[in-house]
Amino acid sequence: MGPPDEGGHFGSFGGRFVPEALMPACLELDAAFRDAWGDPDFVAHYHRTLREFGGRPTPVTYLGRLSQRLGLSVYAKREDLAHTGSHKINNVVGQALLTARMGKTRIIAETGAGQHGVATATAAARLGLACTVYMGEVDTVRQALNVFRMELLGATVVPVTSGSRTLKDAVNEAMREWVTCVGDTHYCIGSVMGPHPFPWMVREFQSVIGVEAADQLHEFGVETPDFVVACVGGGSNAAGVFAGFADTTAQLIGVEAAGGSAVGRGMPGVLHGMRSLLLQDDHGQIEEAYSISAGLDYPGIGPEHAYLADLGRATYVAVGDDVVIEALQLLSELEGIIPALETAHAVAWLLRAAGDEVPTGSTVLLNLSGRGDKDVAQVRSILRGES
Amino acid sequence: MTTLDARLRDVRTRRKALVPYFIGGLTADWTTYVSAAILAGADVIEVGVPFSDPMMDGPVIQAGALRALANDVTLESICHDVSVASFEVPVVVMTYYNVLHHFGLARSAELLAASGVAGVIVPDLAIEELTPWREVATAADVATVLMVAPSSPIDRVRRIGALTQGFVYAAARMAVTGRAADVGDAERVVTSIRTVCDTPTYVGIGITTPDQASDAAAFGDGVIVGSALVQQILDGASAQDIEGSISTFREALDRTAPEA
Ligand SMILES: Cc1ncc(COP(=O)(O)O)c(C=O)c1O
Repeated sequence: MGPPDEGGHFGSFGGRFVPEALMPACLELDAAFRDAWGDPDFVAHYHRTLREFGGRPTPVTYLGRLSQRLGLSVYAKREDLAHTGSHKINNVVGQALLTARMGKTRIIAETGAGQHGVATATAAARLGLACTVYMGEVDTVRQALNVFRMELLGATVVPVTSGSRTLKDAVNEAMREWVTCVGDTHYCIGSVMGPHPFPWMVREFQSVIGVEAADQLHEFGVETPDFVVACVGGGSNAAGVFAGFADTTAQLIGVEAAGGSAVGRGMPGVLHGMRSLLLQDDHGQIEEAYSISAGLDYPGIGPEHAYLADLGRATYVAVGDDVVIEALQLLSELEGIIPALETAHAVAWLLRAAGDEVPTGSTVLLNLSGRGDKDVAQVRSILRGES
Repeated sequence: MTTLDARLRDVRTRRKALVPYFIGGLTADWTTYVSAAILAGADVIEVGVPFSDPMMDGPVIQAGALRALANDVTLESICHDVSVASFEVPVVVMTYYNVLHHFGLARSAELLAASGVAGVIVPDLAIEELTPWREVATAADVATVLMVAPSSPIDRVRRIGALTQGFVYAAARMAVTGRAADVGDAERVVTSIRTVCDTPTYVGIGITTPDQASDAAAFGDGVIVGSALVQQILDGASAQDIEGSISTFREALDRTAPEA
């Protein structure tokens, strides 16, 4: 997984499809990121912040009982133990440090379920940046507690009432807002999506997951896992863990929600500043994704994943809502880990594929992208038949 | 040179250009609003082809686009309407890149040309990604109008000036489409465009009142009026009401003498 070309293309995907008003900011960010990422002081500051504040390194845990049940050797990379409960902190710490380095004083972000919004508000508080988060009105109701968390952290949450009032509209609104304040404000995108340099930059900030995990597996005596499995919304936790194994023989598996399966059901298109695979109708209007997990409710996928799928270097599969809750319950009962609903998609695929696409005896690294605390109320009402 | 270039240079010798924006298919009789605007003195008509995710549009045009999409409006249906109406002033389509990308770039260019559309504005198509579209569009004699923003540094203004066809869209402010209280940074933007090219330069984004139009015409070659008109139509204005509004803009612009 190397850098994209000068214009931010991964094969025919990626690029920069933004209004002229934002192009200078994209170019400035590209230059600033290249400069920072090549500066040992910045890189050290980023890793130190993740260590002192973000809870890194996160451990790798051998999942003994699940392994026995499935006839596999399953290791979990524990992003659920990172600060704020998911891998999202890796990206926001990087972008918040870069914001300060660029001399900007304010950060804006979109959020769906609120995980990225909470992480952004957290990093902004730590670095003394003002923070505004755009969140679909529908999601502010579904995820009222996360709205309150962001407010506790000193952020302003703006409900987005345009379009479908969910994540994709929150991205649109954040982009529109960015046009008006680009001089002093950085837009902290939450996944490996958007115009260049975002997909590449966010992957680089998340690659700490895969780099750490590869070393940690060596300590378990695992040279190279046979499979690396991660759930995919926009694709940032998957890109981060894949980055540690792209040059190995490991098979890379991205698990999408069936209702948001951009690789499975999408077509090439242009949205939110990038060319990628998108769910769209016969006339190129973007369709809404649907998933039980708000974090996978996105009608597209990061451009590098579209490229990896094209190359055949990574394989993208989808699981439906029905098996996700079972997977969440099983991991909770067998391993004492309640995963996020997003993460449970990766677990669900492994349960289905064990002994089949994943042959008995295989070694698997599962990226546990986040913990399920945010989802327990929803899971309870589903299990009680209330929704 | 595209046909649009020639026609707009001709307009410039006569008067300041008035470019009202209408959303294609906003109402079943939307082309009657366009005809009324032409009667009242519009020089170019901008026709919005709605997209589900209009990144460069504010609440008014978003609402109009959603309403039009609910009427099952498509690129093809709007092109059909334009072709049937056969307006006597140039039509420039404003849409987002995915609409063209999905229909096919060459196929879109041919459809637009065959329907009598003279140009397009694609706000999310930056010059960095322009080439594939511009080649097929130019081959079909469909002009691609590019935007200069207040944030564009002079080297980008120069590149945009060299690539734009028909006119340069001078964005008056760092904002998406909407209504505003003044013409913002328009004079500075137009001045920088003038140093790099002599293509007609029209001011848009936020032009709401005839007085603002006349302010912008003091330095620009024309104005684009969008949200102010769309809001009127959303509020139930008739074609006659629009004719009245356009007349007041026309009079305001005619108070400003054309540069020789
Ligand atoms: C725990 C968790 N995993 C995964 C995702 C999906 O994002 P991505 O595909 O960028 O990793 C989210 C998004 O909110 C999340 O909260």
